[in-house]
Amino acid sequence: MHLAIASPTTTWYLVLASLLFAIGSVGVLVRRNPLVMFMCIELMLNAVNLTFVALARKLGDIGGQTTVFFVMVVAAAEVVVGLGIIVSILRRRPSATADDIAELKG
Amino acid sequence: MQLFVFVCAAAMILVGAIGVIVRSHPVHAALSLILTLFGVAVLFVAQEAHFLAAVQVIVYAGAIVVLFLFVIMLLGVDKAEALRIDPVKVQRPLAVIVGLGLFGLVAAAIVRSRDSLVVRGRGIDIASGDAGHDSNIRQLANDLFSNHVFAFEITSVLLVIAVVGTVLLARRPRSGSATDPSAGSK
Repeated sequence: MHLAIASPTTTWYLVLASLLFAIGSVGVLVRRNPLVMFMCIELMLNAVNLTFVALARKLGDIGGQTTVFFVMVVAAAEVVVGLGIIVSILRRRPSATADDIAELKG
Repeated sequence: MQLFVFVCAAAMILVGAIGVIVRSHPVHAALSLILTLFGVAVLFVAQEAHFLAAVQVIVYAGAIVVLFLFVIMLLGVDKAEALRIDPVKVQRPLAVIVGLGLFGLVAAAIVRSRDSLVVRGRGIDIASGDAGHDSNIRQLANDLFSNHVFAFEITSVLLVIAVVGTVLLARRPRSGSATDPSAGSK
């Protein structure tokens, strides 16, 4: 039964995506640089995208890929707004960490 | 062959993801993020989502990571973060426990419910010969512009709002309010 193990199934993709999501969540919890926390949020979004694409293939429904398209657009908008906020904070205090900006008042 | 592609892409994804969270230098973390995004794009191709793989490379690796690098370099925050010191004593072990628990629970749910996935739709028939080489884009466009056309239009409004809001946020304060010495030094 060499053919049975020769092709990765949907379960493998989902487990890989959950591992990626867990790594991203650990990064958000551990890191204090707001830029790196943003990158970890991107990791989590990519894990969810991978889940959508794998299930779209498995279930034979193109709607999963459409959802990934929208997730990408919203992620781009989120990154643009978030980096704008980070730029305006870090310009004022160049070495701010997430602990220093716990309150939104600049 | 598919197994080989999956294993290589999974190794890229995991090495990049761990690199993002353990590299203390933000530029190195951004470059590790590129590795992860390319691995995800490879898996998109393996799952026959060709259009999304192209968008992944162009938008994520091309635009978003470059935006990160621009912000890192323009603001001069490319100093290594002191990862040795832990501000809250139990934060890191607790975070690792939370991550492992999250992965364990989700993976257990996935493995338990792996037999309950049934095919309902018409199928993404890339593999069939009569579909043509661009059938993924055609199916995606059919779905996007028929079932989700209103959401697609709303998306354009979202992007305009994001651009205008960012311009407003990142704009420099007027010269009259020069109370902050670091504001005008850039």
